[in-house]
Amino acid sequence: MIKVKDVYKSFGQKHVLKGVSLEIKKGESMVIIGGSGSGKSVLLKHIIGLLKPDRGEVLIDGTDITRLGERQLYAVRRRFGMLFQGAALFDSLTVWENVAFALLRQKAVSEKEARQIASEKLKMVGLKGIEDLMPSELSGGMKKRVGLARAIAHNPEIILYDEPTTGLDPIMADAINELIISLQKRLNVTSVTITHDMTSAYKIADRIAMLYDGRIIEVGTPEEIRNTENPIVRQFVTGSATGPIKIEGVTA
Amino acid sequence: MNPIARFGSLLMTFTYELGRVLMLFCITLKQLLSPPIELRNIFKQMSEIGIKSLPVILITAVFTGMVLALQSYTGFKRFGAESLVATVVALSMTRELGPVLTGLIVAGRAGAAMAAELGTMRVTEQIDALETLATNPVKYLIVPRFLAGALMLPSLAIVTDIIGIMGGYAITVGLFGASSVSYWNRTWNFLEMSDIFNGLIKACFFGIAISLISCYKGFYAEGGAEGVGKATTGAVVLSSMTILISDYFLSAWLFR
Repeated sequence: MIKVKDVYKSFGQKHVLKGVSLEIKKGESMVIIGGSGSGKSVLLKHIIGLLKPDRGEVLIDGTDITRLGERQLYAVRRRFGMLFQGAALFDSLTVWENVAFALLRQKAVSEKEARQIASEKLKMVGLKGIEDLMPSELSGGMKKRVGLARAIAHNPEIILYDEPTTGLDPIMADAINELIISLQKRLNVTSVTITHDMTSAYKIADRIAMLYDGRIIEVGTPEEIRNTENPIVRQFVTGSATGPIKIEGVTA
Repeated sequence: MNPIARFGSLLMTFTYELGRVLMLFCITLKQLLSPPIELRNIFKQMSEIGIKSLPVILITAVFTGMVLALQSYTGFKRFGAESLVATVVALSMTRELGPVLTGLIVAGRAGAAMAAELGTMRVTEQIDALETLATNPVKYLIVPRFLAGALMLPSLAIVTDIIGIMGGYAITVGLFGASSVSYWNRTWNFLEMSDIFNGLIKACFFGIAISLISCYKGFYAEGGAEGVGKATTGAVVLSSMTILISDYFLSAWLFR
């Protein structure tokens, strides 16, 4: 369903992606792990067409989205939902207007229906009676849930999660993991999550891919990743400061 | 860095930024001409730029008109030309002070707000979120501000002109005891439609410049809170400079 083929991306002198290739099957939950600054978010932004690669292809059901015009790209994006790291809720809109944003823009339903759908989606993520609040009145966990409700409001086929548990306490993080799993089952969507939270990765993934030095160095089931022989992956998943991965500015 | 290299670097940065502003201008025009029209957003921005700037505009205009009358009256009195005060106030307000003061006030108030809002939206990924929700951010965010700037600046400039002239009236007639009929006669007899109209063209240009520069600074902001701060300051400084510099060239061209 999603195929990233030999993607290169640089920002000035910084080469972030150096030939990333990855295949994500329909209906699976793929988790991409990697250290901070390894290019996970850049890769995710390529999958939804927010960034264009310097070289390589991003195929969604066989269509290379890197070559699409604006109108066609927006048509592809309507098949996606995305949860941002900081939720990225629109400050000037109420919670329900945030959730129903895509529906209201597409004018597919009336305002009344859109509000009703927003309430249903908010209920799906465990929130009730907050429709008329402003994002500034919500806690971090609530913002993430509203962001999730917005991501699923237009019934997307693919949901992208950018660090869904970062900045949350362990209980809220687990609640978000449960939500991701339950949405995956109930809506039968394809999920792509980027994270460096291994607890979350093991819990929600069908397969895990590790991004390191601009390339995908290993792909496997959570079990395979847990028992990997690759010293880089092993160091990352065990969270050890010593090993082949060097931390910038720190001498071990 | 030696002075020549420094000058070259500055010139390159200026050319690069100017190119990006012009590109944003072209994209904005393209999005402006393609349906649908974001009426709700346009009215909201017209209110932000126009209605909410009114109190500051009113106070600035009335005091500018008053001080203009005060200074010209005392100056002109020295050679017995007090009767020209009304004409001076009317011409100064419509041709010059109305559009320029309105532009500077809007740049400081609404321009800063535009850059800060868009900059915050950029660094908190709200602009990316718009894209993922299949919404063109230029059409949704910049076109309404661009249109509101182009339409509201001339409207505000008319208010500044009228209130400034009335401020001048209050001082000339109220304080110095000149004849009311003579003040209005002197105002209307020497004021031409082209004075008012060309002043409004300048205001419209300033409105476009302020909204475009402020949106540009905010839209491409980077680097968190510090980046938003820099974008806001940059928007106000660059807008004000553009108003003051372009004012000379526009005046030289329009009032030949």
